[in-house]
Amino acid sequence: MAQYLSIMLTVMIVSNYVLAQFLGICPFLGVSKKLDSAVGMSIAVTFVMVLATLVTWPIQRLILDPLKISYLQTVVFILVIAALVQLVELILKKYMPALYQQLGIYLPLITTNCAVLGVTVNNIENNYTFGESLCNSFGAGVGFLIAMVIFAGVRGKMENADIPEGLKGIPITLMAAAILSVSFMGFSGVVEGIFG
Amino acid sequence: MSSNSKLSILTNGIIRENPTLVLVIGTCPFLATSTSAINGLGMGLSTMVVLICSNIVISMLKNIIPDRVRIPCYITIIAGFVTVVQFLLQAYAPALNKSLGIYIPLIVVNCIILGRAEMFASKNSVGDSALDGIGMGLGFTLALFCMGVIREFFGAGTFLGMTVTANLYSPMTILTMAPGGFFIFGILTAIVNKITKGRVNREFSGEGCPGEIEIGSTMSAIAEAASGSTVTEGGAK
Repeated sequence: MAQYLSIMLTVMIVSNYVLAQFLGICPFLGVSKKLDSAVGMSIAVTFVMVLATLVTWPIQRLILDPLKISYLQTVVFILVIAALVQLVELILKKYMPALYQQLGIYLPLITTNCAVLGVTVNNIENNYTFGESLCNSFGAGVGFLIAMVIFAGVRGKMENADIPEGLKGIPITLMAAAILSVSFMGFSGVVEGIFG
Repeated sequence: MSSNSKLSILTNGIIRENPTLVLVIGTCPFLATSTSAINGLGMGLSTMVVLICSNIVISMLKNIIPDRVRIPCYITIIAGFVTVVQFLLQAYAPALNKSLGIYIPLIVVNCIILGRAEMFASKNSVGDSALDGIGMGLGFTLALFCMGVIREFFGAGTFLGMTVTANLYSPMTILTMAPGGFFIFGILTAIVNKITKGRVNREFSGEGCPGEIEIGSTMSAIAEAASGSTVTEGGAK
């Protein structure tokens, strides 16, 4: 149990996907303008990450590895994720229209989100077991949510701030992300402190 | 086509439409692998190889690939070349392969490559597409190299691994870590803003990548065609 929690906490705050590993920067900068869209996007990402892990981990361990064709990993994973996202979208649209209204618009954006492919590849590279992989994926998604929500708040404040002309727009957003990233560095060692 | 316009295709990606500094796409690998000049160069060149090859192949196949399933086809072609590059790096540059790590397979989801396939290679001749790949690839590589040099110089006091500052000042290690990436990138985009005087209209789009919406609509078109539904809402974009 402890190792699951430790994996989850590590990926959530210490090596946060967005702020420490630079995965999923596009949605982080693009969709973080409003709080509700930031939350919607993050929940959709978390959902797809866990689901993608549920499918890609068995594919790697039960099909690619025994057949010794693990070099096809990249090709197989990206196609599986693309197909999966579509499937989820269709199912949600048909059976859960309310949820589809909430998450539907974000789903197509996720297919080429590097955080999703990143988490599935990371699970394999770190030799995680199936349970550990699921924890890692869920933690990565929640970490994404935390970063998005905080950053949406920061950007809300920035709208009314007096920003120098040359820094308006993208530059000041990136600098705000830098400061947020510094604050997340403060968490390093926390997990070892709890579980070590 | 005159040689002048060929040249403009080539230089377009390097300066006017530099993918990272002007269009602000492909930011993930740009931030993550620019910790040192050599890493930046390695990532830039790997991406460039994939970009050139995929541009050539996609432009050759542009009349064969059915329009509705083009994005999955493009992704498969790109993923194939990424696998080739991965093998080459493992064999001939294992140290670089190790330091770039997960970002090598992630070249597949680099918006620049899919974006150029969709916007350029699918509409132009093989030669032009190759030139466009070289130009865009060089633009990305140059940007990565600059960023790598800056971060390595101020963050570690070295240039391509050689110590150059020799204890003149103590290096700001934070610049080689995650926050430094965001900060230097912010400064670089501010400088580009100043040079272009805001002529280029840049704003983060919600989509992040031009191809993402397309993938969704194409895939749902396939799924709907397969399920026999007559409703077509794909291709709305």
